[in-house]
Amino acid sequence: MSENNINKYWQRNLRYLMILLIIWFTASFGCGILFADTLNTIKLGGFPLGFWFAQQGSIYVFVILIFIYVSWMNKLDKEFDVDEK
Amino acid sequence: METQIWTYIMVGVTFGIYLAVAFWAKAGSTKEFYVAGGGVHPIANGMATAADWMSAASFLSMAGLISFMGFGGAQYLMGWTGGYVLLALLLAPYLRKFGKFTVPDFIGERYYSKNARLVALICALFVSFTYVVGQMRGVGVAFARFLDVQFETGVLIGIGIVFFYAVLGGMKGITYTQVAQYCVLIFAFTVPAIFISLQMTGNPIPQLGFGGTLKDGTYLLDKLNQLSIDLGFEEYTSVDANNTVNMFFITAALMFGTAGLPHVIVRFFTVPRVKDARTSAGYALVFIAILYTTAPAIAAFARTNFINTVSNTAYMKVPAWFTNWENTGLLKFEDKNSDGVIQYVADKDLNELTIDRDIMVLANPEIANLPAWVVALVVAGGLAAALSTAAGLLLVISTSISHDLLKSYLKPDISEKGELRAARIAIAVAVVGAGLAGLNPPGFVAQVVALAFGLAASSFFPAIILGIFDKRMNREGAVSGMIVGILLTATYIIYFKPQLGGSGTPDGYWFGISPEGIGAFGMLINFIVALLISRLTAAPPKAVQELTESIRYPRRVSSD
Repeated sequence: MSENNINKYWQRNLRYLMILLIIWFTASFGCGILFADTLNTIKLGGFPLGFWFAQQGSIYVFVILIFIYVSWMNKLDKEFDVDEK
Repeated sequence: METQIWTYIMVGVTFGIYLAVAFWAKAGSTKEFYVAGGGVHPIANGMATAADWMSAASFLSMAGLISFMGFGGAQYLMGWTGGYVLLALLLAPYLRKFGKFTVPDFIGERYYSKNARLVALICALFVSFTYVVGQMRGVGVAFARFLDVQFETGVLIGIGIVFFYAVLGGMKGITYTQVAQYCVLIFAFTVPAIFISLQMTGNPIPQLGFGGTLKDGTYLLDKLNQLSIDLGFEEYTSVDANNTVNMFFITAALMFGTAGLPHVIVRFFTVPRVKDARTSAGYALVFIAILYTTAPAIAAFARTNFINTVSNTAYMKVPAWFTNWENTGLLKFEDKNSDGVIQYVADKDLNELTIDRDIMVLANPEIANLPAWVVALVVAGGLAAALSTAAGLLLVISTSISHDLLKSYLKPDISEKGELRAARIAIAVAVVGAGLAGLNPPGFVAQVVALAFGLAASSFFPAIILGIFDKRMNREGAVSGMIVGILLTATYIIYFKPQLGGSGTPDGYWFGISPEGIGAFGMLINFIVALLISRLTAAPPKAVQELTESIRYPRRVSSD
């Protein structure tokens, strides 16, 4: 693989990380802490929304983020032929 | 049948399983001893990681804490799960590719410095040891309360069990035992929650019942908010606006601390491929999330049940569990106005009931009138949680001594057999040492946990991240960053923790950040110092830059 390709692979990885970490921050620190008070005025069934994000939702988001990352990276590894045989 | 007999049966059977598994998974080489041969399936590794991570505190104390904190308790829920996203995305795959055994290994090689390695080694030992003492103590307490043996005997039984499977099997034995322990602890945690959720809301899934309606048609949380207000407490679900900054920092310190804890990181050295390291972190979080999303539901159920059962109840008519816990001294009733009725209110002068928060998970099945075997199951689960975490930590301690200290410093020419023997002796000594410290814990143990997370966040996390993502990062930058981060964090915590002899008061907190949250601040400072110093000093040697490059790609590629 050329130097150029190696850099491209790494840049793509960094872009994925950026996207996922922004969601990570928004779900937990954003919805669960900074905006929780405002979100609490909205109801999700029996949950005030901010409370739900803080005690339930953020954790579900964390799990989903990791699996999205896994699937993106598996594809990327194949595309650039750096996957483990 | 009596709870006592059920408890003996449950604990006996589960311990038998652990020993059988340990015997089957004996370690033959140092690679098996340190990283289970590097061949553990990602799902098994995920379960083991989850059991390793969830300690007696997660199992026994967390739901109780949340039930008294309400919304604010979310800092533990998010803090102790969010770190896994960082692990999966930023650390695990690269450290797996690096392919050595320990965190000090990485620090030492990436920063081409024996001193950096020594700093990392001392931090790893300190963090792991404070943690493990707490676990041994948890084992002793659980035995003492439910099996009617002396506290000391309880700790000794715990030492015996861990000794057997950790010394024999190393990481391999520990990993497979932890898989069994995960199954026990998650079953024990969710079964009572399902029962109680059904009882109160008619929904068998606690995560949904938590937001469901009670028999009278009102939402559980609305009811709980109303009860709290009636007794003068804060609304259960409402946000304390004055605490937002502090909560932010505590959550961050716990997250980054999790991602920097050596006994968690080492888990990702045990899987066969880089790909598996990513997946394994995902499975680990799924298994952890089952407990962490159930815990807040238990907290709300327990709080509602508790208030309904004791508030304004005549003292003569309290249920049996109330009297049982009174006997342990963890629940106290003082009839201040002598009317024979329990007044449980927020106002300190009128309140007649003091409760140790730690009893909520253990008392919960009794409060909800669940059968005796469920109560016994919870005890077995608590022991599984404490033992699995203790074993993982002890392994880090022994690896640090035999591999990082002996092999890398004192006796580099030691044979594999010799190193394996040294590792076994080290873990034996560590088990006994931790047990003894658990018998006579220094009073500051509980306080030191904040320090452990703070140090992991402010030292390891930035050093590893920069080592992977910043090719230009050099020895001078990383070491000065770690030293400044550690000093700042440790000084702040010691100064503001009266239990550690500090003289600071909450009025002096920087930006209102309590000692539990300062690790996140220390981490920022570490990053800044490291980046600045590294740009002012010489670039790292070519070989190290190539190493940094190579860990970024799962398969070795020749750049032609």
